[in-house]
Formats: sequence, structure tokens, C-alpha cells
Amino acid sequence: MLRDINLDIKTGDFLTIFGPNGAGKTTLVKIMSTLVSPTSGTVLVHDLDVKKSPLEVRRLIGVISHETYLYQDLSAKENLLFFGRMYGMHRDKLEARIHELVEEVGLQYRLDDRVGTFSRGMKQRLSIARAILHDPKILFLDEPYTGLDQHAAATFDSILNELDVSDKTQVMVSHDIERGLALADKVVILHGGKIVYEAAKDKMEGVEQFRHTYEHYVKEV
Amino acid sequence: MKDFLYLAWKDLLMEFRTKQMLNSMVIFSLLVIVIFNYSFSNILFNIDVADIAPGILWIAFTFAGMLGLSRSFSSEMEEGCLDGLKLCPVDPSTIYLGKVVSNLVIMFLIEAIIVPLFIVLFNFSDVKGLAGLIVIILLGTIGFILVGTLFSALTVNMRTREILLPVILFPIIIPLIMSSVMATQKVLSTGDLFAAIDEIRLLVVYDLVFFIAAQLVFEYVIED
Repeated sequence: MLRDINLDIKTGDFLTIFGPNGAGKTTLVKIMSTLVSPTSGTVLVHDLDVKKSPLEVRRLIGVISHETYLYQDLSAKENLLFFGRMYGMHRDKLEARIHELVEEVGLQYRLDDRVGTFSRGMKQRLSIARAILHDPKILFLDEPYTGLDQHAAATFDSILNELDVSDKTQVMVSHDIERGLALADKVVILHGGKIVYEAAKDKMEGVEQFRHTYEHYVKEV
Repeated sequence: MKDFLYLAWKDLLMEFRTKQMLNSMVIFSLLVIVIFNYSFSNILFNIDVADIAPGILWIAFTFAGMLGLSRSFSSEMEEGCLDGLKLCPVDPSTIYLGKVVSNLVIMFLIEAIIVPLFIVLFNFSDVKGLAGLIVIILLGTIGFILVGTLFSALTVNMRTREILLPVILFPIIIPLIMSSVMATQKVLSTGDLFAAIDEIRLLVVYDLVFFIAAQLVFEYVIED
């Protein structure tokens, strides 16, 4: 259960949410991304209330999760075509966008192969393409490194860096302190459903010091 | 509005590629028809098979349909696809309609295989009521899939969904199955669709009620 959450994320910011298992990180992302309805309080995305205007909010957001949201029995292209059509994209524009994105995530030679035959890293790269297909303004990343080896995680990072997502507001939930800090403009630590620590980039510590801060807050509460 | 057709296209593409549901549904319903035919054959008992044949036909449809319905939403659970679907900017009723359309197409395909076999095995040489039979099968199947798809979504997050789905679905579809069986019996024995007009009225009302009700409640059914 989340309590007393008061969070302001500015356009273009990268927020990383840290916290132990069961802290409520994924629930918070699910509420912000309209998957779960809050029982009280208000969440505004670009001035739109997620409870009152979920469809409008969904057009503005993309979600990359540790689950890829991809159909294993469809090819990469069929998956992207399906999600593109569900986002109301026109066939011609969609085809061009798919080709542009699969090249950027390095899957142009596997476009017609079934996703079930892909490695975990390839699936996660394709899930980036799926999430940004409709050019969302906000990107939610819910533990995107889960199940990725070091190489696949590094590839995932470099694709995210190379893609033109710098103008997008990004919210990431992660256990990976090093990666989470490197990308963030702002960090919060969530524990027991409450924000116990919050810091902007200019006040952020180095990795080792942050590790101590994290352990201190997670232990203390 | 046509978003539900994209969803149905996706489901059918996956199904025709893997044939996970189709194969088991066809084999199961064929076995039901053949085993019942021999079990109640005139050689063993002094039974007019024409009297019990409609019941056997609907047993085959219902159980085969149940197999398909239990897979309908569980296929969305792999890799969190249901969440991916819920994140699309479409009304929840679109997801419901898409699933209904794909389930109906699969069910009609199974019925198109079973009905000719049923006519041959149960010796309905004079099939003057065939057009009427098709109307009843259409109405009965639509009602069954409308309710079944809703309950399939309701049980998708439960570990015992394969058991729970039939347990909660059967009481709701009893009026539908009874009307369908009675209408089938009347149409096959008289060859006249209007002989079953009362049952057909009930089927139409049942379909309409559940078509509207399911779309109203589906949003709450698939909520986390």
C-alpha cells in the first residue's frame, strides 16, 4: 500500500525509483501508467488525471517492463504492427516507423522471425521499439534489466542513449544502483509504501555513498 | 472502433499458427459425437437416436468451447501481454469484443466440422431443417461465447482457472443450453424454424442481455 506519496516530475527529467522488494515501486508505476486505479489521491500526467482520462494518458506514455508485453507466436513485425494499430497509427506511417525503430534496436534482420525464438536481450530490445512506437512523451521503465546479462544490459543502455528519447520524461524503477544513478536527474527511495529519501541531481552522491544512504533508509524504517 | 478487429486478427493469426486450441477442440468434439453415437446406438438400446441427438450435439459444442475459452485469456498472461493490451489507448470493451470475435470464429469453424459428421452419424438423411439448425447454432454459440469470454477474463488470474471456469459458467448458461437443445430438437423433427419460435426468442434476449451487460462490467473484470 502506498501512503503520502507526493512527487513532482518535470518534463524531460529522468527519475529513478529505488527500493527493496515489496516497497511499492511497481505499484507506483502501475498507478502512474493507468494500469491500477488509485484508491485515493490524484496523479496528473501532462495535466490529465489518470483516473478520469486514462485513454488520453495512455497515448502519452510508453512502458518498458521486465515483462516484454510481446506475443511469442507472432513475428517482431507482427507484434509491432499489432501494437501500432492499437495505438491508432496509420498503416503507411506505421510501416516506416517500424523499419526505423528495428534498425535502431538492431533487429532489422530478425523482423520476420517469431519472437519466441529471440534471446532475452533481443526481446527486451524489441520491447523498447514497442514502447516508443507511438512516440510517447513519457517513458516508464519498470526494472528493465531483470533477466539481462551484463552485455545485454549494456546494449539496452546504449540503445536507450542513442535513441532520441532525451526529450522524454523517464521514470525508472530499478535495483541497479549504479545504472539508476548514472541515468537519473532525480532519485527517490521508496520503502514500506512511502518516499523515505528524495534528491535532485545536483545534490546526489556517488555510487558508494548512495549505497550507504540506501541501506541506512531501508534499514531504519 | 475497428480496433477490436485488429485484436481478433492477432488472436486468430496466433491460433492458426500454433493450432493449440483448434486441434484439441476438434478432436474432443469428434470423440464426443462418435462415442455417444455408438453408446446410444439402436443396436444396443431401443432408443430413437433423433430424440437425444440434439443434446449430444450441444454437449460436444459446450465442452469443446470450454477448452477454447480457458485458453482465450490465459494466452495473454505470457510475458505480461494482458498489461500491454490494457496500456493501449482503447476502451476495455474493445478488448472484450476482439476476444468475442476470435472465439466465435474458432467456435464456428469447429461447428462447421462437427455438424456434417453429426448429420451423417445420426442418420438425418432428410435435412430439411438445416437452415433452421444453422440459425439456432448461430444464436446459441453467440450467447455461449459472450458469457464464456467474460468468465474467461474473470478467472484468468486464478490458479485453478481450468476447473473454476466450467464451475461458474455452467449455471449461467443452463437456460441457453436448454433452449438450444429444445430448439434443435424441434427444428430437426419438424423441419420448421418457427416450431421453435419460443426458444429462439429466449436465445435472442439472452444474447442481447449478455452483449450489453458484459461490455458494461468488463472494465472491472480485467482490472488488477
